[in-house]
Amino acid sequence: MTVIERPLVETVRRPLRGGTRLATPQWIAAAPFFLYVGIFLLLPTAIVAGGAFIDGKGLSLSNFATMNQRFVINAFINSVVLSAISAIIGAVFGALLAYAVATGNPNGVFRRLVSSACGVLAQFGGVTLAFAFIATLGSAGLITLWLQQHGMRIYANGVWLYQLRGLVLVYTYFQIPLMVLVFLPALDGIRPQWREATESLGGGTWHYWRYVAGPLLAPAFLGSTLLLFANAFSAYATAAALINQGSIVASLLIANTLTSEVGLANPGIASALALVMVVIVAIVMVLYTVLQRRTARWLQ
Amino acid sequence: MSRNRRLKLQIFRVAVFLVLGAFFLLPIGAMFEFSTRGVTDTAPRTLNAWLTIGQTPDLVAAILASLGLAVLTSLGMLLLLVPTMIWIRLRLPYLTRAMEFLCLLPLTIPAIVLVAGLAPIYLWMNLNINDSILTLAFVYLILVLPFAYRALFTGLAAIDVKTLAEAARSLGANWGTVMLRVIVPNMSVAILNACLLSVAVVLGEFTIANLLNYVNLQVAIALLGRANATVSIAVAVASLLFAFILLVILSFAGRPRARVHLEDTGLPYPGAAGGGLR
Repeated sequence: MTVIERPLVETVRRPLRGGTRLATPQWIAAAPFFLYVGIFLLLPTAIVAGGAFIDGKGLSLSNFATMNQRFVINAFINSVVLSAISAIIGAVFGALLAYAVATGNPNGVFRRLVSSACGVLAQFGGVTLAFAFIATLGSAGLITLWLQQHGMRIYANGVWLYQLRGLVLVYTYFQIPLMVLVFLPALDGIRPQWREATESLGGGTWHYWRYVAGPLLAPAFLGSTLLLFANAFSAYATAAALINQGSIVASLLIANTLTSEVGLANPGIASALALVMVVIVAIVMVLYTVLQRRTARWLQ
Repeated sequence: MSRNRRLKLQIFRVAVFLVLGAFFLLPIGAMFEFSTRGVTDTAPRTLNAWLTIGQTPDLVAAILASLGLAVLTSLGMLLLLVPTMIWIRLRLPYLTRAMEFLCLLPLTIPAIVLVAGLAPIYLWMNLNINDSILTLAFVYLILVLPFAYRALFTGLAAIDVKTLAEAARSLGANWGTVMLRVIVPNMSVAILNACLLSVAVVLGEFTIANLLNYVNLQVAIALLGRANATVSIAVAVASLLFAFILLVILSFAGRPRARVHLEDTGLPYPGAAGGGLR
């Protein structure tokens, strides 16, 4: 009978060829990914970290000597000021918007609209964003012209859109949506019962915010603000598209040191400046993570 | 809640929405307005700037280059991530954290820093392999990792990979069949999301292309902005609309099956510190 010779299902048989399994280790299949990331992510990072300590003659700290120069210090100070102000403005307005959303219907159209819009706008940036503001507030922008027709000159003292103040305004455009995205989960963790408990103990709105919601939300708010700071600190495209000349912030300075058109390009110094930027961003991000853990402990 | 307080809350909410809504909509509206302006102040509105887009060879070349990069990056991303993620989930769970860490790392390394390290690598590649703009796909794949990883992770978490794989294997499927014909069809929404996000990131990228001296879409827009502001703003609006459509598809495509809120479709808020697109 053929049925016995060729069973329909061959589950319990040993493999037809080779008595033992192939000796290839299982991690081989994951190797291409790790190799790729190694070449295009870890290697460039290592080149920056290493390059910062190598100058024309060999190992040295001379690249960091540029950190003493006036224009470098100014660029970093400008970056810190720009990031801090845009982070604080973004955090305050973002928190207000998040609160307005959180107090509404959790399944409403409105909430979905705002969170979708924020998801898109938080990624908005670069050339398009810069041009949007040029079309709005540039010297021939929609609002500038409209105000002029009504006798108001916003640029009586120079076109501030292309200065640090302008960058603060433009950056808030992506900072506010980002704040909504990171702060909304914390606001959702606030229970209405806590307010009722405050009220039943005789406390008013002020007491509630001062002694209950405020302290609970403070770590989340601070953490989100730090994230916004890092976000603005490492931004390059928007500033580059808005400001054609000069290195008023650190990211522009790094770019100009890297690809200077007047032949002053210096990869070693660029690496040193980039390393300083990474260290600052890393410190901020560690603080952010610490605060985030603290938030997670209270608000689930 | 007392009536008085509810009223106050409503007024507060409406005020916040109106003010911030105006702040966010005005610049986009102003771009439309700007792109339809005539040559002089008194000239009638015109769509000339929009029509000029197709007649600017540099721009068309840049658009094609960016679209090509978007396709290459998406394909490379799928090839690199999908099999590795499935395999790690099935056989090498101890590598999950390492992979997650590496995939999310680009969010914390500013693009401008990455460029400083990439410059020598690209110099070498240009001399020894190829200097086509399409080589940018290599580094764009790194840029899209966090976005794509999150999207794919959500998709994989929603299905029982292990059972599916064991069932398919016990019926005699080889690993290729298991991945391509069993697991991948079950996470098609996640794959679509990952691709859309990758396309959106690639089309919006400026920093790396600009500093490595390649002219992609965004660099072309920026260069054109100095010569012909209206046309460059028209292209900017067009690219913005395109990205917006992609992300709207994304926010709705992901919904019904896995019941994910937009907040966790893979939009990378918690670590957007790399400022990739900014």
